[in-house]
Amino acid sequence: MREAWAKFVRPSRTQLAWGIALCLVALAVVVQVQSTQSRDRYAGMRGDDLVQLLDGLTQESERLTDEVAALERTLEALQSGADADEIARQEAQRRADGLAILAGTQPAVGPGVRITISAPEGRITADLMLDAIQELRDAGAEVIEINDSIRLVAQSWVSESPQGLLIDDQSVELPIVIEAIGDPHALAEGARFRGGLVSQVESQKVGGSVAIVESPEVEIASLHHPRAPRYAEPA
Amino acid sequence: MLAIIGLILGVVLAVVFRPEMPFWLQPYLPIMIVAAMDALVGAARASLKHTFSDRVFAVSFISNVAIAAVIVWVGDLIGVGSQLSTAVLVVLGIRIFTNAAEIRRSVLRA
Repeated sequence: MREAWAKFVRPSRTQLAWGIALCLVALAVVVQVQSTQSRDRYAGMRGDDLVQLLDGLTQESERLTDEVAALERTLEALQSGADADEIARQEAQRRADGLAILAGTQPAVGPGVRITISAPEGRITADLMLDAIQELRDAGAEVIEINDSIRLVAQSWVSESPQGLLIDDQSVELPIVIEAIGDPHALAEGARFRGGLVSQVESQKVGGSVAIVESPEVEIASLHHPRAPRYAEPA
Repeated sequence: MLAIIGLILGVVLAVVFRPEMPFWLQPYLPIMIVAAMDALVGAARASLKHTFSDRVFAVSFISNVAIAAVIVWVGDLIGVGSQLSTAVLVVLGIRIFTNAAEIRRSVLRA
């Protein structure tokens, strides 16, 4: 123990050399570790390495810029594609709406006329009714409805039965109300001209009366329920 | 005993005073540390073989560190600094492993 103490107090040069060397190394290691941990890791780097690093970053940045440009082009292409799709969809919707009105599968609203025909029982014949419809169509009627319940379409037919007038297999009660969407003035004139609907109904033979009301908004709510064709196919 | 005290003293000094490294020394300090470790391992091997000389140790320690730093510095001047520092690290690494193998043989006889 005493010997060890003596050695410690008066160390040999060997001991001293080890002590100093280890002290220096420990100091340097700790300083280096602290600097690599705490400092900016580029601080201790050589110029060459920094230039290389900068080169790499520049290349990376160019590559990313190219990628951004490519992605922007893709985005543009997709957006214009989406626009084209939207336009096509709107066009298709417009056509579908037009066809639905023609086929009578959708309610319709617009300016038009309301024609009310009153006549004694059995005096309104299918011919007269057919003439009236033809004249309205000739005057540009787009949608025609009889008695708020029968929507006239391309397949509609008019005939007579012992009970009275039949349109599309539904009997038509008097008075007959014809609602038509189209240019109100043209439709009214189409019914009024000499030898037309009004003069026929009000003739001595029929003895009825006709009231024509032009309206800025005629609403037609009844629908035609089309059946799938059994024989015809698109050619 | 004094060796351990020196080691602890070095760590404590570094932690307490946080000496700022001079800027020009920063790239060379890692190489210098490895060179010093090489000198230490070499000295340990010598003392195990009873050929240790404090004078040789002191001189080799200082010169090792200095030469390593100078080589890399010259390399930096002529534009091959990073390659030369790699070369120095490889050589010192080989030397450290060789000396460590000798120490292992002396201590463990294996």
